[in-house]
Amino acid sequence: MPAAIECRDLRKTYDGKVEAVRGLNLQIQAGECFGLLGPNGAGKTTTIEILEGLLQPTSGHVSIFGHTWQENEREMREWLGISLQETRLSDKLTVRETIELFASFYREPRSSDEVLGQLQLTEKADSWVGKLSGGQRQRLAVATALVCNPKILFLDEPTTGLDPQSRRQLWEIIRVFQRDGGTVLLTTHYMDEAERLCDRLAIVDHGQIIAEGSPADLIDRLGGHHVVEFAVNQDLNGAATALWRSLPSVESVREENGLVELNVREPHLTIPALLDSIAKQGSALEHLSTRQASLEDVFVRLTGRHLRDD
Amino acid sequence: MSVAQETPVSAIKAPSLPPRRNGRWSGYAHLLMARMLELKREPEVVFWVFVFPLLLALGLGIAFRNKPGDAISVAIVDGSNAANAQSMLALSPHHEQFRPQIVSAEEARKGFRLGKYDLVIQPSAGQGFEYRYDPARPESVLAKTEVNDALQAAAGRKDILSTTSIASSEPGSRYIDFLIPGLLGMNLMNSGMWGIGFALVDMRQRKLLKRFVGTPMRRGDFLLALASSRLILMIVEVGLLLAFGVLFFHMRVMGSVGTIALIAGLGSLTFGGVGLLTASRAQKIESVSGLINLVMMPMWIFSGVFFSYERFPAIIHPLIKALPLTALNDALRTSILEGTPLLHQWSRLLIMLLWGGISFLLALKWFRWT
Repeated sequence: MPAAIECRDLRKTYDGKVEAVRGLNLQIQAGECFGLLGPNGAGKTTTIEILEGLLQPTSGHVSIFGHTWQENEREMREWLGISLQETRLSDKLTVRETIELFASFYREPRSSDEVLGQLQLTEKADSWVGKLSGGQRQRLAVATALVCNPKILFLDEPTTGLDPQSRRQLWEIIRVFQRDGGTVLLTTHYMDEAERLCDRLAIVDHGQIIAEGSPADLIDRLGGHHVVEFAVNQDLNGAATALWRSLPSVESVREENGLVELNVREPHLTIPALLDSIAKQGSALEHLSTRQASLEDVFVRLTGRHLRDD
Repeated sequence: MSVAQETPVSAIKAPSLPPRRNGRWSGYAHLLMARMLELKREPEVVFWVFVFPLLLALGLGIAFRNKPGDAISVAIVDGSNAANAQSMLALSPHHEQFRPQIVSAEEARKGFRLGKYDLVIQPSAGQGFEYRYDPARPESVLAKTEVNDALQAAAGRKDILSTTSIASSEPGSRYIDFLIPGLLGMNLMNSGMWGIGFALVDMRQRKLLKRFVGTPMRRGDFLLALASSRLILMIVEVGLLLAFGVLFFHMRVMGSVGTIALIAGLGSLTFGGVGLLTASRAQKIESVSGLINLVMMPMWIFSGVFFSYERFPAIIHPLIKALPLTALNDALRTSILEGTPLLHQWSRLLIMLLWGGISFLLALKWFRWT
């Protein structure tokens, strides 16, 4: 069976200058929830819109269940549910009218009532779109994608700007879709979203994939599942980094604004040794904390930047 | 065990209904319905498309109405002979057409300058009068002639030739009769350009066009639905304005309803095509608004909406006649006022067809859905 979504050596150059996507390869199997994770401007939206057949790539190959956009667009559109970043649906139509409108484009859509119920929009069915809250609008956008009974759901930053409760509601909807056999490709710059939803994800930066795997895999690759953060009262120069690196169970070291971050396998071995060595240097601790490593740490480790740096 | 107990309960997924099948025209029908609903719910649209032209027709119709026996207002400068002049005017068999007022010299001059008086009569030495009039103002010239005749007659002048006059102000030759077809044409242009051009760029800016092409929607159906909504609106616009002209200004519609509807429909589609071209690439509402105004501006001025383009130098008439709004206005005017059959208007219809058709083809070539 061909992959649900596949692309090889995808490139997109705008106006012959800006290289938004630079040689991207992906293979997403049917039934997977795959995430493209990266900062703003990394090329996520360009990539997903090329896969959706809405943008022409400068070069490269795209196929959806083995079909290409050039050969079979009309048919492929029947399989895809799309939610773009920031589509503003018509304010003066009701929620039900909007869903019915989108349903009318497909040969065999689902019933609007069923979709309204699934996305908890039944109460709002007769309200104008202009009167909806941000979360309700986003659910409606997903409803217009789900009404066609798609095989693949494309979601471009589905939860950006939503309150925590609305985000959870959307996650649940995505999970249910996947549980029923659907394939999902989503982009996000939220780490927690990627960790919770995605079976696999690709970290995208400057139009290229810099790491790919399951969230747990990626965190594993850091070497340590724990992060120990501390600060001391003296300004220790570069020599100290080697010292921290030599402590037991430490996999890597990073320093930022006087705060030292250690990726650690077993904190109970590292921390006593750390305290000893600080005491030996005659400095005092100003801060010490430990936490679980996250995708954010993976990203920082790979790029030297934070994901939400603007 | 009851049936109800056997049925598994799922909070999220309602029992799947049998899938429904959509026919070939389902998308078109829904797009058209959505467009009409949106228009209906937009109070501004209702105002600009339906109410505004009526108000314009009403205002202009009243301002330029043909007053029965338009009164000639005359200022008589206060002086020894002023009362004499007034009584001489009153002797005229047509005295009701004069509205003389005895005022000071200062007031007469000021009133004349502001257009309040058409003529100033200044009693001069002896029995004579001096007229002050403006040769550039037709009503002033008329006033001088009429007043002079009345005064001379009162002073004893006899007309040698026997003449009679019959007053004739037939519907069909008044300003309002000229105006209403022009307003119709202008309104069809405005609503075609804004209704298609603005609506499209608005949808493009909102990324709704992109979202639509992400579905199996037929792009031709989308444009067809937009054009159909224009035609439906056109019927209402034209009907309202014509009915208004007939009821309020006793306008006489000579041409058949079918002919007028056909011309208006063609005009509507022509400007729909031009609107589509104007909107084919613009990404922002601001830029398309400027473009639309730029395209419409020359036609507001030249195409004979409020006044006849015969006032422009003859050398540019061929250019003016090649404008789509001129063709539409002329075609509407001759059909409505004279009942000229369609066949005699083929050149005007062809001009509209070419404008609309070429714009449409270029628009299809350049149109950006995303």
